[in-house]
Parts: sequence; C-alpha cells; structure tokens
Amino acid sequence: MAEENKVIQFIIKRQDDPDSAAYDEKFEIPYRPNMNVISALMEIRRNPVNSKGEATTPVAWEMNCLEEVCGACSMLINGKPRQSCTALVDQLEQPIRLEPMATFPVVRDLQVDRSRMFDALKKVKAWIPIDGTYDLGPGPRMPESKRQWAYELSKCMTCGVCLEACPNVNDNSDFIGPAALSQVRLFNAHPTGEMNKAERLTSLMGDGGLASCGNSQNCVQSCPKGIPLTTSIAALNRDTSLQSFRNFFGSDAQ
Amino acid sequence: MADTRDFALRRLHSLLGVIPIGLYLIQHLTVNHFATRGRESFDAAAHFMETLPYRYFLEIFVIFLPIIFHAVFGLYITFQARNNVSRYGYFRNWMFLLQRVTGIITLIFISWHVWETRVQAAFGAKVNFTMMEEILDNPFMIGFYVVGVLSTIFHFSNGLWSFLVTWGIVQSPRSQRIATFVTIGIFFAVSIVGMRAIFAFVNPEWFAFATNLPIL
Ligand code: HEM
Ligand code: SF4
Ligand code: FES
Repeated sequence: MAEENKVIQFIIKRQDDPDSAAYDEKFEIPYRPNMNVISALMEIRRNPVNSKGEATTPVAWEMNCLEEVCGACSMLINGKPRQSCTALVDQLEQPIRLEPMATFPVVRDLQVDRSRMFDALKKVKAWIPIDGTYDLGPGPRMPESKRQWAYELSKCMTCGVCLEACPNVNDNSDFIGPAALSQVRLFNAHPTGEMNKAERLTSLMGDGGLASCGNSQNCVQSCPKGIPLTTSIAALNRDTSLQSFRNFFGSDAQ
Repeated sequence: MADTRDFALRRLHSLLGVIPIGLYLIQHLTVNHFATRGRESFDAAAHFMETLPYRYFLEIFVIFLPIIFHAVFGLYITFQARNNVSRYGYFRNWMFLLQRVTGIITLIFISWHVWETRVQAAFGAKVNFTMMEEILDNPFMIGFYVVGVLSTIFHFSNGLWSFLVTWGIVQSPRSQRIATFVTIGIFFAVSIVGMRAIFAFVNPEWFAFATNLPIL
C-alpha cells in the first residue's frame, strides 16, 4: 500500500542551549492518520534520526494537557504561533516548519522560558487577596451577566501567542503584553477583587504598562481562546483615565 | 505607588494629536481652501490669520511646542515597534504600520513646509497666493505636497480612531468598527478639502470652472 511509504517532512529550528547558535534540522517521519505536531515530535523522540539518516539528539519541547488548556506547547508552526497539541498534521502544508516563539528566551530547541508572563501577572496583582488570620466570610455575589463575560477572560492559559503576535512586545520595548492586561480586567470585575482595583490600575500605569499598547489588535486575532483582549484593553484605558484623575485630583489616593 | 510618568506622557502625546494639533490642521486646511475662491479671498484669509492678536503666543503654544513634543515622542514610539504585517496581515495591523509611516512622512513634509513658508516669512517674505503658486510651479513639488498633505490627513484620521480607543471612549468591537468607518469618512472628506486647495494654487483658472460643485 502507498500509505505505508508516506512520510511527513519537518524542518525544525533547533538550539542546543540558551546561548548557542540556532540551526535547522530536517526530519522525515512515517505518516499515520490523524497525527498532531506533538505525536510527530514524539516519533522523533522515539527514533532521533534526521532526514539524512544521521543519529541526532531528540528535539526538546514542552507539553502538558494535550487539549489546548495549559498553553505550554506553543510554538511557531509554519510561521504562526499556536499550540502544537491542536495542530493537526493533515491540515498543515509540508514541509512543516517548527520554530520556538521569538518573543521568549529559548531554553532548548522548541522550549522557551515564559517567565516574563508570570512575572507580569505578579506585577499587576492578578489574584484576589483573601488570606488572613480569620474567616472573611463569603463576600459579595457577582451578577450572572458579568460572570458570563468574566468567565471568557478567565480562559487565558498564559500561552504567549498574543505577546508573540504583538508588534510592541520586543527587545526595544518593555511592554507587558495583552495577556496580563486582560487579567486585570478579570480580577477588577470580581466583587471581592474590586477592592484592590485602584492598586491594579495604578500598576498598569507604570513603564511598559497599558499605555505602550499601539492598537495593532493582532492579539485578539491570534488568541486561541478567543479572549476579547482589545475590548479589555479599551475598557482598561477608560478605567486608567478615570483612575489617573482620581489619583491626581481626588482625596482617597494612597 | 508605581511611577506613572510614562502613562502621563503617552496620554499627553495622544491628546496633543487631536487638541490642538488636529484642530489646527483642520483650521489650516480651511484657510487654504479659500484659495478655491480666488487670489483675493486667500490673501484676505491669510492676512486675517497673520493679524490675530498675540500671534506669537498662539504659534508657540498651540502649534510649535505641541507638534515638536508629539513628533519627538512619536518617533520614540515608532522605533519601539517591530512591525510584522507580512506575518499578521490584519487590517488594524496595517493601520498600525501606516500610522507610523505617515508620522515620519508628515514630519519630513511639515519641516520642509514650515521652512518654505513660516521661516521665510520671518526673513521678510510675504505669505500669499503668489508664494504658494511659486512653490507649486513644478510637478515634483506638486507631488511632494499631495503626498505630504494626504499623509498628514491619513495620520490625523486614523489617529482619531486610535485616540478614541486610547481614552477608552470606544470599547466594544462594534463601536470600534463604526469608528473605523467614521474616520475613513473623515479621511476622504478632509482630503477633498486639502486637495482642492493645492490644485487651486496650481491652476486657478481651470480650477474655477471645473470643480466648483455647489456644496463646496
Ligand atoms: C499634523 C501633524 C500631526 C497630527 C495631526 C497628529 C495626530 C495624531 C493623533 C490624533 C494620534 C492618535 C493618538 C492616539 O493614538 O491616541 C497620533 C498618533 C501618533 N503620532 Fe501623530 N500627529 C501628527 C504628527 C506626527 C509626527 C510628525 C509624528 C512623528 C513621527 C507622529 C507620530 C505618531 C505616532 C507614532 C502615533 C501613534 C501613537 C500610538 O499608537 O501610541 N505624529 N498622531
Ligand atoms: S490571552 Fe490568549 S493568546 Fe494571550 S496568553 Fe492568554 S490564551 Fe494565550
Ligand atoms: S499541551 Fe497544553 S495546550 Fe498544548
């Protein structure tokens, strides 16, 4: 059967460690129906031989959930940042080109270090402080209509695709990126989280904060979770405008 | 408390783009448009502007300082971007790129235009219809003015959209889309005003009977 000889071609941008130079390596792996990019990478790991038949090191990548909810497996697939676990080989043009996302430092091969995104979440206080020495009780309720849109924002998996797509996230700029901004809107929408609203908004007004957004809107086009990032950004633009007036003219600023 | 100076500077940049620079642009193009009504009309309008009270104060604080700040900070913003329309060819990403490209073209155009007109006036030249006629007496300069004026109007119109988002006035995708159509409309309307003025200087006689639509 012809099926048995069918191969899938890959060109993978590899890098042995964070400081060494990157290079391309080609692979040809036997075709199986319904493969995704990760199952192809697993095949390379099982039999690490490149297209010239030379033995090589297995390609390193990150993965976790395998169902597009953890965000760990993001990479550039034929130039587009997306999750490799949901990238189906049958739907991709060959040779399939895999590269690490360019916005983050490479750890090894396709594995990148997304620490800056987690640092950003800490910087904007993307949580609700409820720990204390006594039980604070249940807190106010959230209206259902608000819960519905807030739930959409909570789907963010810190995958990094929106930062990769943003022209203002790069080495020349310290822009925090769309993901953390939208999380501020999420936590400010929560009735208990709202108590720290002013603090979060003020943290967005620092260097590289909200105002570094130039409205290219690539983020909202690219987010695999369909998060309305640009709506969040515009909403925060209004909130920070008002907050800046409150901070300057008002009497309740810290 | 976090240092919010960057936020304040960026919001100032955004505000100055509309007030006063954008308003001045509309005012300036409107005065120029008097050229379509003939030499005397334009000279009278230009003379009126020249004889406004506290003229130097207005020029410095309403025109020069705001434009210089907006341009310098605009260049800083422009060179922070790593444009990527080849990979992400979405409409708004193109507008993002064009906003920066037209910013630079506008800077070159305005610098030359101010040198030819306002700086020469300071050296004693008279700013009137004849001056513009002489500037626009060759195809290269006509091309330069057409590109410069269209670029400025594009930058202003698209900037108006960006301003509405930057201040959180339009938030929902629907209102942002409508704002896109409205600002495209503004681009075409203001472009007609700007182009009519240029071609009135280039060829007053032909202009007078060929393009005088009743509503203009
Ligand atoms: C007639 C002259 C000009 C007018 C009327 C004008 C108007 C505007 C307006 C209304 C905005 C939108 C502000 C916002 O995004 O909130 C803007 C943005 C911008 N302008 Fe200008 N501008 C002028 C000249 C310039 C010049 C000379 C430069 C220098 C290169 C420049 C660079 C920029 C940049 C880079 C932005 C985008 C800012 C951002 O996205 O954050 N502009 N301009
Ligand atoms: S907002 Fe979307 S694209 Fe950005 S990190 Fe979250 S899930 Fe990924
Ligand atoms: S492995 Fe979790 S998103 Fe792909």
